[in-house]
Amino acid sequence: MKAVVTVMLKPGVLDPQGKAIGQALSHLGFAGVGEVRAGKVIELELAETDPDAAKNAAESMARKLLANTVIESFKVEIAKGDAA
Amino acid sequence: MKAGIVVFPGINRERDMAIALERASGRKPRMIWHRETDLQGLDLIVIPGGFSYGDYLRCGAMAAQSPVMDSIRAHAARGGHLLGVCNGFQILTEAQLLPGALLRNASLRFLSMDCHLRVERTDTDFTAHYQRGQVIRAPLAHGDGNYFADEATLDRLEGEGLVVFRYVEPDGAVTAKANRNGSARNIAGILSPNRRIMGLMPHPEDLVDPLMGGTDGAPLFEGLSAALAA
Repeated sequence: MKAVVTVMLKPGVLDPQGKAIGQALSHLGFAGVGEVRAGKVIELELAETDPDAAKNAAESMARKLLANTVIESFKVEIAKGDAA
Repeated sequence: MKAGIVVFPGINRERDMAIALERASGRKPRMIWHRETDLQGLDLIVIPGGFSYGDYLRCGAMAAQSPVMDSIRAHAARGGHLLGVCNGFQILTEAQLLPGALLRNASLRFLSMDCHLRVERTDTDFTAHYQRGQVIRAPLAHGDGNYFADEATLDRLEGEGLVVFRYVEPDGAVTAKANRNGSARNIAGILSPNRRIMGLMPHPEDLVDPLMGGTDGAPLFEGLSAALAA
């Protein structure tokens, strides 16, 4: 079963990478781009077959290591249609 | 003073730190590999600078979960002295031994230059050999030194006097220009409530001998050595 963990800087935490990407987009002529935020996506291949248990496990991993909850928030999604 | 320096894969400033510690105490520090767990008998544990585990995921995130960290936590819980410099500071925040986090420099640039620090507090074993308000020079070299904590944590740090070094102009003025990495409230270094744990981004260990171009960092190690002499 695959879990996808998305880690983003919390609102209010300065994201200089997002800012730089936004500036580059504007230099490239893309108009109308507002705030840009950059984060990370981490895919986990899990032996667990129960979606709820897999989600709980991935959330625990996110809290302990994958995200620093001082500055980041995270979201866990269990990939659908994964007949493992 | 019996000091130990923790060496994670990718740490690269441990030898500079060893020179500074030995120079102050006359005693060679013990090098502690990240898989070791017996840290008994040490007065001071130092986590030096570098790029532990390639700074994968976040600076210091991997090191904060490595086998040696449980022993370091136990050392801290016993009231042992713990110093984290640069990557070491990042590791201490990731391990939640100090509050806050170090974000990417606001300029997005890796900074390698001298900075000036104001010593905010001298009733600590780390800073006892400085004068309060003294401005010292220290080299800095980091990509992620932008100190961040929420407003409540910052207010608590200030209220409890746990901000120990601030980025300032050579005359001691706190300005945005002196704050190269964009740190909240110009914070360069902080203490734990018991003042036994200190983390800072700049490198006092790289300015301890006239041959290095200055000795502004030496009092930090001399003060520790005097406090922990046994």
